[in-house]
Amino acid sequence: MRVPVSILGSKTIQTFSSIGRISIFIHRFFYWIFKPPFRIRLIVDQLYFIGNKSVFIILLSGGFTGMVLAYQTYFGFKLINIDSLVGPVVALSMARELAPVLAGLIVSGRAGGAMAAEIGTMKVTEQIDALEVMGINSFQYLAVPRIIAGTIALPLLSVLFLLIGNVGGWFVGTKALMIDESLYFAKLSDFMFMADIYQGLIKATFFGFFISLIGTYFGFSVSKGAEGVGRGTNLAVVWGMIVVLISDYILTSILVKVL
Amino acid sequence: MSEYAVEVENLVKEYSDLRILKEISLKIPKGKITTILGFSGAGKSTLLKHFLGIVKPTKGSVNILGTDLSSLRSEELRDFRRNFGMVFQYAALFDSLTTFENVAFPIREFLDSEDHEIIDRVNKLLLSVGLKEESFYKYPHELSGGMRKRVGLARALALRPKIMLYDEPTTGLDPITTKMVNDLILDTANDPEQNELTSIIISHDVKASLEISDYVAFLESGEVLEYLPVEEFKVSNNSMIKKFIELS
Repeated sequence: MRVPVSILGSKTIQTFSSIGRISIFIHRFFYWIFKPPFRIRLIVDQLYFIGNKSVFIILLSGGFTGMVLAYQTYFGFKLINIDSLVGPVVALSMARELAPVLAGLIVSGRAGGAMAAEIGTMKVTEQIDALEVMGINSFQYLAVPRIIAGTIALPLLSVLFLLIGNVGGWFVGTKALMIDESLYFAKLSDFMFMADIYQGLIKATFFGFFISLIGTYFGFSVSKGAEGVGRGTNLAVVWGMIVVLISDYILTSILVKVL
Repeated sequence: MSEYAVEVENLVKEYSDLRILKEISLKIPKGKITTILGFSGAGKSTLLKHFLGIVKPTKGSVNILGTDLSSLRSEELRDFRRNFGMVFQYAALFDSLTTFENVAFPIREFLDSEDHEIIDRVNKLLLSVGLKEESFYKYPHELSGGMRKRVGLARALALRPKIMLYDEPTTGLDPITTKMVNDLILDTANDPEQNELTSIIISHDVKASLEISDYVAFLESGEVLEYLPVEEFKVSNNSMIKKFIELS
């Protein structure tokens, strides 16, 4: 009996101490973001890394997601003669859910993991100590620009995903499935509103913040050499994705009432 | 003005119930080379972190260049660390920057220098540590261990520090590179441009330490067993030190 109780106790303590550590990490971010020096160049570098270098995979996945969604919706809707609504379904599901969530999952896998790996490697090779000895705040230098860039880049990537997804949906809907083009756009304007786009943008902003926060947190938490870097990278990707999915539910439940 | 660069008094460091440093008192003179020797796990690195203010003492005081570190707020402490230059065991060069950019990095961060001044200063530093111009634009992974150490030294000297810290500078190096690094430490310490530079070396390389140091402190299980001028250290009667010298 003692063993399960002690396991439960130790897991509880671990969970609360992890929550405590990440809360301190968030607090440090909001403290240091307003303190000079403001490293604009580092933010731009990170925007390039998180944003520009994700463009190809975002275009590819966004385009095909829109095309597949149009196909699947069409064959379902055709049965009840509402196939003209394929456009709005593609656009709405893209704007509210698929663009921010899928872009978030892609960025978490690509950039969140890379952030943890880069910072973790810097930690185990004493590069972070070197920054501190020089009198540079390593958190402000490494974490703050990445979190700011992630928070800015993901909504932009999400918009790109949305646009290319709709192009894919339009192409399949009107060119392959022969839905009348003017009807496609008419229905789109009947059902699609700016609030739907805002909902996706707000979500993407939160996802970008969480993903880069988690990536940098696990980077700074790395210990035990190369094995630790691998573990930190893995945890950053897994937790980044989990947090995107859970926060998506929470944000959706709030935003559908607010917007 | 104190004649000591580092003054440590009754320094104790405890982690939970583990006592890493036990009432250490040490005065390291300015302008000299002092080596802190000891077995692995003796507390050398923890002591070094106290000098930098990265670790706070459980008890006792650490005075650097006449400043009590405990009197500094974290921001002030970060600024104060610019008095130090540190050469890390594996150089700790920034992977994403070239040799030139690694050395220019602290200058760009802290000095309001024009581009041509930075170029002049970095070129001078890199040449002074014996690097050839063809290595200036190579990345750290393209350099040998000895070359990385040279770049690390040049970077550490970039802000004209008053105290140089060397963490295991010759560990894992071949005998020729070891000699090169030792010569470099000596040349740097004796360079008239480095005004009264204090050098502190953390090491377990006895041979090299006895060759280049002015003073040697021997740390064992968190205590300073002996702290002497090098010539006296060589003939110390302490059995542990005798054994350490014999074994190496």
